[in-house]
Amino acid sequence: MIDFVASWLAATLAYAVPYALAALGLIICERAGVLSLTAEGFMLVGALAGVGAVLALRAPPLAALAVGMAAAALVAVLFALLVVVLRLNQVVAGLAMVFFCQGLTSLVGTAFGWTSKAIGGLTRLPLGPLADLPLLGRALFNQDILVYLTLPIFAAIAWLLTRSMTGLRLRAVGESPEAADAAGVNVTAYRFVAVLAGSALIGLAGAYISVGSAKIWIQDMTSGRGWIAIALVIFARWRPWRALAGAILFGCIESLVPRVAAAGIQAPRYVMLMLPYVVTLGVMVWMAVARTGRPGDEPAALGQPHVREERR
Amino acid sequence: MTPPRLALSDICKRFDGFPALDGAGLSVEAGEVHALLGENGAGKSSLMNIAAGLYTPDSGHMALDGVTAALRGPADARARGIGMVHQHFRLVRPFTVAENLVLALGGKAAMRGALALAADRLGFALDPDRRVDSLSVAEQQQVEIVKAMAGGARLLILDEPTAVLTDAEAERLLSTVRGIAATGTAVVLVTHKLPDVRRFADKVTILRAGRTVGIVDPRATSDDDLTRLTVGERAALPPREAGTPGRRRLELIGLRCLRPDGRPAVDGADLHVGAGEIYGLAGVSGNGQSELAEAIAGVRRPAAGVIQFEDAGADVTALTPGARRRLGLACIPADRYAHALAGDLSIAENFAVGRIDRGDYGPWGWVDRAAIRRATAKAIAEHDVQGVRSLGQKAALLSGGNAQKAVIAREFAGNQTIILAHSPSRGLDLKATAAVHARLTEARAAGAAVLLISEDLDEVLSLADRIGVMSRGRIVAEFACPADRQAIGRAMVGHG
Repeated sequence: MIDFVASWLAATLAYAVPYALAALGLIICERAGVLSLTAEGFMLVGALAGVGAVLALRAPPLAALAVGMAAAALVAVLFALLVVVLRLNQVVAGLAMVFFCQGLTSLVGTAFGWTSKAIGGLTRLPLGPLADLPLLGRALFNQDILVYLTLPIFAAIAWLLTRSMTGLRLRAVGESPEAADAAGVNVTAYRFVAVLAGSALIGLAGAYISVGSAKIWIQDMTSGRGWIAIALVIFARWRPWRALAGAILFGCIESLVPRVAAAGIQAPRYVMLMLPYVVTLGVMVWMAVARTGRPGDEPAALGQPHVREERR
Repeated sequence: MTPPRLALSDICKRFDGFPALDGAGLSVEAGEVHALLGENGAGKSSLMNIAAGLYTPDSGHMALDGVTAALRGPADARARGIGMVHQHFRLVRPFTVAENLVLALGGKAAMRGALALAADRLGFALDPDRRVDSLSVAEQQQVEIVKAMAGGARLLILDEPTAVLTDAEAERLLSTVRGIAATGTAVVLVTHKLPDVRRFADKVTILRAGRTVGIVDPRATSDDDLTRLTVGERAALPPREAGTPGRRRLELIGLRCLRPDGRPAVDGADLHVGAGEIYGLAGVSGNGQSELAEAIAGVRRPAAGVIQFEDAGADVTALTPGARRRLGLACIPADRYAHALAGDLSIAENFAVGRIDRGDYGPWGWVDRAAIRRATAKAIAEHDVQGVRSLGQKAALLSGGNAQKAVIAREFAGNQTIILAHSPSRGLDLKATAAVHARLTEARAAGAAVLLISEDLDEVLSLADRIGVMSRGRIVAEFACPADRQAIGRAMVGHG
């Protein structure tokens, strides 16, 4: 039993990181008022670009993660042009981007022969004697570099959003673009940059799945994690630290699935695989019931394009 | 002679080909309160948005202190000492007062300076740590004024500042404004209320249809003349005629409605409205009027109490909105675009939805479009709805007054006997207001019971046969008309 729990906890954080980073990226976009349903697509782009960098450029794993971020940000330029500059419907544009990215990554992965090729990827980095602690040692202090980095990334973004002038302006753009505009904030520029920065984090989440955990590229390998991240943002009410907690919860559930099977417990396999999605649905329903009628934390201008000279 | 602080001349501005401004001008001296008077849609806000750098004019000339100025944007306007308080506040509601000031002014030091200015020079007691959405409308307006005045505004523009305030709050604001002008700041007061102009403005510029039609001294001009300049023709106010109340048609007994946080919004309200009577429900907004209206319409379930329609013979508290409408209820909601019209649907469809469930336009599964078009065409002609290019036109394209007339055309189509009108003239100009009021008095003459909920005391006083004052969810006082305005005003604010 101890072994079971130990191996379960040890795997949890690695499963939580993609959710956490993707949710954080989404929070940046959505706090600026851009509804980004693109996460699933941008994660795939990041995942493929990371593996591609290792295979084609012989990049070290950390550089491969950076390539994944850059690739997602690059594709996000297109999304930002569509929704921020041309003010297309953000839902439709977001869904279109997902399908576009699914097709693009399949095509590029097959064309360059990157599919199903194992790579070296990130290695574990035990933190000295801490890693030898019973139970917690393996769970917390024997992870790869990005798991350790996730905490400072969250701290930095949370500080930026809530304490800095930039964050104040960004939130104002998402809550009331009119007020931000009147205060001399360039709404379009803030949203554009927020989409790029958020998408880079989503790309990092995707690159971590391929370069960090799976160490391989397989078509559609993110298997719905981007969508779960979107639900996670709602569950976290657009707050970074709650999103991290939610991500760890989902990491727990996801890492449980293979271990239950390995432990020889009889459970229908597909029901187990369904578990994260069932929990997502359950969380959404619980949120809806628990918060009926209360004022939302949703950014007030989420999904609304901003046009200055609009007459109402 | 010093040049005027702000001089705008021959300003033109088109929106989608429609001229909002067509040769408008305004000249404001330092230290004066200058009223900009006009109907809704006369171009007052557009002209002031140009002065504040939000819109760029298509043509025309602007000068500040005699120097030609071309504003590059709102930040540029602010740098030149122009501050504007918009009718719809430009505040970030979930932010605190301090955060809003930091956002607008660009730094913590400027925010602290602005708070000091608010306390010392303007006499506002603002708590910097309160969230803006927890402040009253008057306090939110104070935050906006502080934002506009911080950094030493030399020109302060107030767009319809009294529209959202009670009499007492408006009085206080306007004396603050006089104080600001006394320090040498030029103030532009955009309004469509004659009493504001008369009591607080040194000079008044009148806009009509995007053009400046007069610059006069309000103290030397009669109300009639100002009205004539504003609307272009005499808008006759209908003489007040008393109704003859009959049996009770609408009765509320101990009505209670709760807010989501469990506190009561309506806290034991009792009232009744007789046939052939207009009952005016006055009160400061947010004292439960909206919840009361929603409970009567049937879209909010009361926590306790009874709603009776006399013609139904009994209690309708448990009935659906549709069932209540079949029993003779007509509703004119406060927000006509949100709750009375589906903006993206056509005018004909918006009209038809009122009676389509009764099979007026064909039985189940079959819609007789020709019948809908006939009925709609007849109704919009009867109710003088202007600006209808075709019956298939989107309802959102109707202007405020015509949208309201279209709502009334639908609601009154079945000769309804109980009429719930919530702020029916909000945002409408004089002519449209007169038309709405005429419909309400006609309905009274035809024997309907009219419950008129309004924050506009003038409207209530000119129409109602009895007046109830709502405060903190209760009817705290009732007056028979003609009633004493001061006494009603005291009842509105006296229970705080």
